[in-house]
Amino acid sequence: MALDTYTTTIAVASIATSGITIAIGVIAPAIGEGRSIATALSSMAQQPDASATITRTLFVGLAMIESLAIYCFVVSMILIFANPFWSRALT
Amino acid sequence: MRLSPDELIFWQYGFIKLDATIVYTWGLMLVMAIGSKTITSKLSTGLERSRWQNILEIIVTGILEQTEDVGLDHPKKYLGFLGTLFLFIGIANLLIIIPGYEPPTGSLSTTAALALCVFVAVPLFGIEEQGVGNYLKTYTEPTIIMLPFNIISEISRTLALAIRLFGNIMSGSMIVAILLTITPFIFPDLMIALGLLVGMVQAYIFSVLATVYIAAATREHKHKPKQEQKKAEQE
Repeated sequence: MALDTYTTTIAVASIATSGITIAIGVIAPAIGEGRSIATALSSMAQQPDASATITRTLFVGLAMIESLAIYCFVVSMILIFANPFWSRALT
Repeated sequence: MRLSPDELIFWQYGFIKLDATIVYTWGLMLVMAIGSKTITSKLSTGLERSRWQNILEIIVTGILEQTEDVGLDHPKKYLGFLGTLFLFIGIANLLIIIPGYEPPTGSLSTTAALALCVFVAVPLFGIEEQGVGNYLKTYTEPTIIMLPFNIISEISRTLALAIRLFGNIMSGSMIVAILLTITPFIFPDLMIALGLLVGMVQAYIFSVLATVYIAAATREHKHKPKQEQKKAEQE
């Protein structure tokens, strides 16, 4: 009985936390990517000659911003699939 | 559901395991080595060239141009390292169109190894270009107070390189696996097509970031006063 409640608590906590992690963690990168793409588009419309440089910098910057969201995703995946407390509760 | 191809084990003897990551990495190495050997064994300088030589020339000159645009002065010197990184990651990510293949870059061990290569190569190139003393001095810029932060940034950017590539590729195959259970026919194919784009972009970004780090480490100090002078003149 005691083991059952422990594992249930851990499962509920890790699933809820992973959902919250990805939900909140995606907000800021989404705003950042939207702003950077909007700025890049308007500057490319003003100066089409510089579009090669702008695109390259945009891609690198987008990857840097996106990696923040990816960190949240990795943490939530670890919580669900490779939770370190899960095996400790079972043993 | 598997988090990474590490968990798919083909053969095991004691603690020695042959998992999917190792097998597919070896396969990739074979394909790349044999392919480049056969292409470069009959190079021609005339007007008649094989189509494979044209492809290789496009790739090599493209990498050289991009490297120079990012800010490295002698791109040919770093072509071996940066080109290998780009080609390995790019081909590893592009081969997901083959059924049954799992990209080795979707395993944290592969990406950590690649990031460690960058982590070791950047100081080596920097020391080769500037000498030990001058290179170590760049850690204490602008003041000695920044020393621990510079060291922390060196480590954290290596971690970021590894986790970025791993997360992007892993999330791609994870989304395909989840969609296969929900809407099995068309949407997984669309996500695989998106995965091809993401894989190429990640290969590009990994090599561009490595280039930027090497450029920052090999930049000489002489450039700085010039830039400051220019700024002062403009003002």
